[in-house]
Amino acid sequence: MATGTGTGASSAGLARATPGGSVERGAEPPFEEKLRLFNEVTQDLRFPDYLYGCYECGICVAVCPSARFYDFSPRRIAQAVAREDVELVYEQMNRDVWECSQCFSCLRCPRQNNPGGIVTIMREVAVKNGLHSAKEALEGYSRIIYKIMSTGTQVSPDMIRPDAFPDWGPTAKETADNLEVWRRAMPPETMHTTSSSWEVDDKTLTELYLIWHLTGVLDMIKTLDESLHMILVDVMEEKLEEAGYPLGG
Amino acid sequence: MPIPINIPVKGPAAAPSRKGEFRRSPDDAPEDLRAMALELEAKGEWIVQRVPEPYVEVQTKYGKAKKIPLQHTWHHKSCGQCGHIPGYSTSIFWLHRKLGLEYNDPRDQTSCTAWNYYASATSNSAAQAAVAMRNFAAAYETGYFPQIHCATSYGHYKEVRSELIHHKELRDQVRDVLKKMGKPLVIPEEIVHYSEWVYAVRHEIAKRQVLDLRNITATVHPACHYYKLVSEDAIYDPDVYGGQRTAIVTGVAEALGAKVADYSTWFDCCGFGFRHILVQRDFTRSFAVQRKIEVMRDEANPDVTLTHDTGCVTTLDKSQFAAQAHKGVTAAIPVLSEAQFAALAMGAHPYRVCQLHWHSADYHPLLEKMGIDWRERWREFEDDLERLKKNPGAVMTWDDADAASVPPNPEHLAHGGR
Repeated sequence: MATGTGTGASSAGLARATPGGSVERGAEPPFEEKLRLFNEVTQDLRFPDYLYGCYECGICVAVCPSARFYDFSPRRIAQAVAREDVELVYEQMNRDVWECSQCFSCLRCPRQNNPGGIVTIMREVAVKNGLHSAKEALEGYSRIIYKIMSTGTQVSPDMIRPDAFPDWGPTAKETADNLEVWRRAMPPETMHTTSSSWEVDDKTLTELYLIWHLTGVLDMIKTLDESLHMILVDVMEEKLEEAGYPLGG
Repeated sequence: MPIPINIPVKGPAAAPSRKGEFRRSPDDAPEDLRAMALELEAKGEWIVQRVPEPYVEVQTKYGKAKKIPLQHTWHHKSCGQCGHIPGYSTSIFWLHRKLGLEYNDPRDQTSCTAWNYYASATSNSAAQAAVAMRNFAAAYETGYFPQIHCATSYGHYKEVRSELIHHKELRDQVRDVLKKMGKPLVIPEEIVHYSEWVYAVRHEIAKRQVLDLRNITATVHPACHYYKLVSEDAIYDPDVYGGQRTAIVTGVAEALGAKVADYSTWFDCCGFGFRHILVQRDFTRSFAVQRKIEVMRDEANPDVTLTHDTGCVTTLDKSQFAAQAHKGVTAAIPVLSEAQFAALAMGAHPYRVCQLHWHSADYHPLLEKMGIDWRERWREFEDDLERLKKNPGAVMTWDDADAASVPPNPEHLAHGGR
C-alpha cells in the first residue's frame, strides 16, 4: 500500500498542483496529487520489468557516475518505489531524477532491477505533468528539443559555436569559422548539411511529425514550454496538411 | 591508487582459473528475443526482416550466435557522429567501400531520437517505438538491412524491440501509426551495431593494412549503451579478456597489431549524461577527465583511446581542453573510434576521410607514431578547401577521397613502424 510517511516529507515548498493538472513552484501539492503521479509511474507498461526487489547491496551506487558527483543514489530510487513511498518518490521526481546520467551502468544489479529505467519513467511523468522542476532542469534545452523534433536529427554542425562550447577549446571557433566549406569537404553525399546532421527527405520529416502528433509528444511539449509548442506546431502543420494527414486538433 | 587488474587482455580463455570464477552459459541467458520475434511473425503480428547473406556468425554474451551481415546494409546514421565528429561516419562508409561491400546511405532516415529521450524525457514509449519502426520499415522497403552507427540507437532499439515483443497494446498502437503512413510493421532479425560489423571483418581489414601499429598502445572504452542495455546481444569472445568483458573494440585493435592496455575504470561510463553534455557540462568534464582520461594516463599512458560510440568519442575528446587549461597539463590522449583507427591503418586520409580536424585533443603525436605525415596530408586538404571555396556548390567526392588514400610509407614499414 502506498504511504506518505517517507523521508520526502521534507520536500515542502517544491511545487503545487494547478487546476489544469500541471504542477508549479509554490505550496506542497496534496498527498492525493503525489499519489496520482506515483501511480502514473508504476502503471507505465515498462515498470514491471524494471523492479524486482532490492538486496541493498549497493552495486548500482558503486557503478553510478552521478552518485560520484551528486547526492544521487540509484538504490534510493529503486527502494523508494519498491516501498511505495509516495512522498520520497515525489521528492526524487523533483530533483534526483535529473542528475541521472542514463548510462544504465546500474543494470549490473543482481536482482535485474533497472533504476535508470525507473528514472526515465519518473522524468516522463514529471514532464507530462508540467512539474516546475522539469522545466528548470530543461532550461536552455528547448533549442535541442526544437532541433530533434523539427529536423529529425538531435544536433547539427551549426550548433558548434565558440559561445556555446567555450570549453571545447579553439577547435569550436575553427569549426564555426570554416563550417560551410568543411561540410562540403567530406565524401558522403548525405552529409553536406549544416543545419541538420544529414539530409533528411521531406517525406521522412513529415512522417516524423505525424508520430509526434499521434503519440502525444506535442502535448507533452505544450505542458513543458508553450512557446516551443507553438513554434513546432507552426513548422509541422503545413507539412502535415500538404501531405494529407488529418491533424484532429 | 590503481586497482590491480587480473584479467589479461589477450589469450585463449585468458582469465586465470580461479575458484568460483564466473562463467556464462546459454542456460543463464535471458529470454531469446529473436526467437520470440519469429514466433510473433508466425502469428501474423509483424514481419521479421532476415539477415541477408553473406553474414558472419559471432558469439554473444551467453554463447549464442549472432548473424552480422557483411553487405547490402542500410546505414542508420548517428546525429552526433555526422554532426560533430563526421570522420566517424565517413570512416565506416570508407571501410565498406575499400572492402568492396555495398551499402545504402539513406535520406529516408531520422535519428532514433533517443539522445533527446534520455536527456529530457520529452517523449514516451509509443513515440520512441514508432520512430524506430518507421526507420526499420524504411530500410525494409529498400531491401537493405539496418546497420546502426550509434550505440545509443542500438541499445534503445533493443529496448524498443523488447517492449514491442512483450506488450501487444504497444504493437497495436505503433502498427496503427505506421499504417497511416502506409508502412508495414517490421523488425530486423538481428539488431546490428556498426562496431559488430567492424569486428566481423577485422581480419579482412588487417589483410589490407598498410601501417604497422605494433608500437601503438591503445586503451579501450566500451560504450555503456552497447553492452549494458539488453546485454545479451553484445559480442563476447573467450580469447579477449577471457570472455569476461565485451570483445568488440579490443578485438579490432589487436587484429591490427596494436597493444591494448588495461585500466581500472574501464566499466565507468564516459560522463556523457545526454542532458549533461549539452547543458550541464561541468559534470561531464569532471567525470570524463577524473574517472577516465587521468586514470588511463596514470595506469596505461596510451597513445590513443578507442571507443565505439558517438557520445563517448565526443565526451572523452572534447572534455580534455578545459582540464588542460585549468591544470596546465599539456599531454592529451587522442580519442578515435575504432573505425577511424582501422581506416587510418588501411591508409585512409586523416582529413579527407577520417576528418580529424573536427577533433579537439591533440592527435598529431599519434599520427606521427603511426607513420603518417600529417603536415603533408593537411597541406593536401587545405588545397581541397581552396578548390571548394573557389567553386561554390562543389563537394568532395568518394573519388577524391579514394584517390587520396595514403600509400604505405616504405621507410616506416621497413622499420617495423618504429
